Amino acid sequence: MATPEHGEKIIDPIHQFVINRIIPIDIGGLDISFTNSALWAVIAVTCASLLFILAPRNLIPTRLQSVAESIYEVVDNMTHEVLHENARTYFPFVLTLFVFILFANVLGLIPYSFTVTSHIVITLALALVVFIGATIIGFIRNGFGYLKLFVPSGVPVLLLPLVVVIEIVSYFIRPMSLSIRLFANMMAGHMMLKVMAGFVVMLGVTAGWLPLVAMVGLMGLELLVAALQAYVFALLTCMYLSDAMHVDH
Amino acid sequence: MPQLDMSTWPPQLFWLAVTFLALYFVISRVAIPRTGGVIALRKSTIDGDLAKAKNLKDETENAVRSYESALADAKAKAQAINLENRNKLNAEIEAERAKLDAALGAKIATAEKKVAASRDKALEDISAMAADIASDIVQQLTGSKITKAAASAAVSKSLGK
Repeated sequence: MATPEHGEKIIDPIHQFVINRIIPIDIGGLDISFTNSALWAVIAVTCASLLFILAPRNLIPTRLQSVAESIYEVVDNMTHEVLHENARTYFPFVLTLFVFILFANVLGLIPYSFTVTSHIVITLALALVVFIGATIIGFIRNGFGYLKLFVPSGVPVLLLPLVVVIEIVSYFIRPMSLSIRLFANMMAGHMMLKVMAGFVVMLGVTAGWLPLVAMVGLMGLELLVAALQAYVFALLTCMYLSDAMHVDH
Repeated sequence: MPQLDMSTWPPQLFWLAVTFLALYFVISRVAIPRTGGVIALRKSTIDGDLAKAKNLKDETENAVRSYESALADAKAKAQAINLENRNKLNAEIEAERAKLDAALGAKIATAEKKVAASRDKALEDISAMAADIASDIVQQLTGSKITKAAASAAVSKSLGK
């Protein structure tokens, strides 16, 4: 955890992303230590699970129930709009993805906590699961017809090779853009907050309130970004799955 | 950048898989049936209530319509009764008046006859009186007596009879 140390470390905005092995575990040479990242992933999953388990089942929803139902309905609407008849099949996965990222993002905003999604390896792993999964589903559903995805209809023959190359590159960039978007948003936001917090300490009582006010605004913005990035990740997942379902779009 | 320290990748990936699968289990087995069930129940309840409200509204409209038609019927009936009564009364009045007219006509006729009789009698009396007076006048003027028959003939002649 990013405990402030002496001297310059106090405003080191990178320090908050350091992985600490809380319980070192090594199985057959594979390092699976329980880290601060794992701790906050467990906390996020626990909070998310408790939200859905503890939410009452009233006809007129309580506040907690409204939160759970809003999350459910946002993803439900998204899957129905993008995936149509296949929404039922992929809804659990997309909802899990959304909830996991949302809770990891939002809990990461708590001071001295750790943001699981601020590490590229996590976001890349999630993006690769989506990318490889969508590609496999695409080939299972369409056979080699899935390759038609790279050959858009209505393109002049002369331009076709160029377009195909562009389509292939853009297809393989998908997991990169998906993972870097989330990771960079989380990291940049947290670094900005950290730098602002450093200014508050540096400027002290005399002018420290100015960055403090800015931090309040930034915190609101970061909350928005946290929710928005989870939404974007889930929405793009739906779109990639939709591509795998319907090649001729 | 701590993110690029590849020695931290295996534990991160391992715990990501563990937590993600745990969350997937909770979401697919608990969260979706629970939350989805409540939302579906709410939707069906609202739909049912709306349908019930629509039924009640239709019933109300039917009741209002039957009430209005009953009211219109009653009005028409009342008007018919009213008209019938008026016609009947008019006929009765007419009959009564005709009867009264006839009675009065008879009375007037008898009275006129009586008047005519009285007048004739009075005229005769006047003739007789005139004859008497005439004979008296003649006697006074001439000193000669004329017969009663001659006097009344002269009176009758002068009266243009």
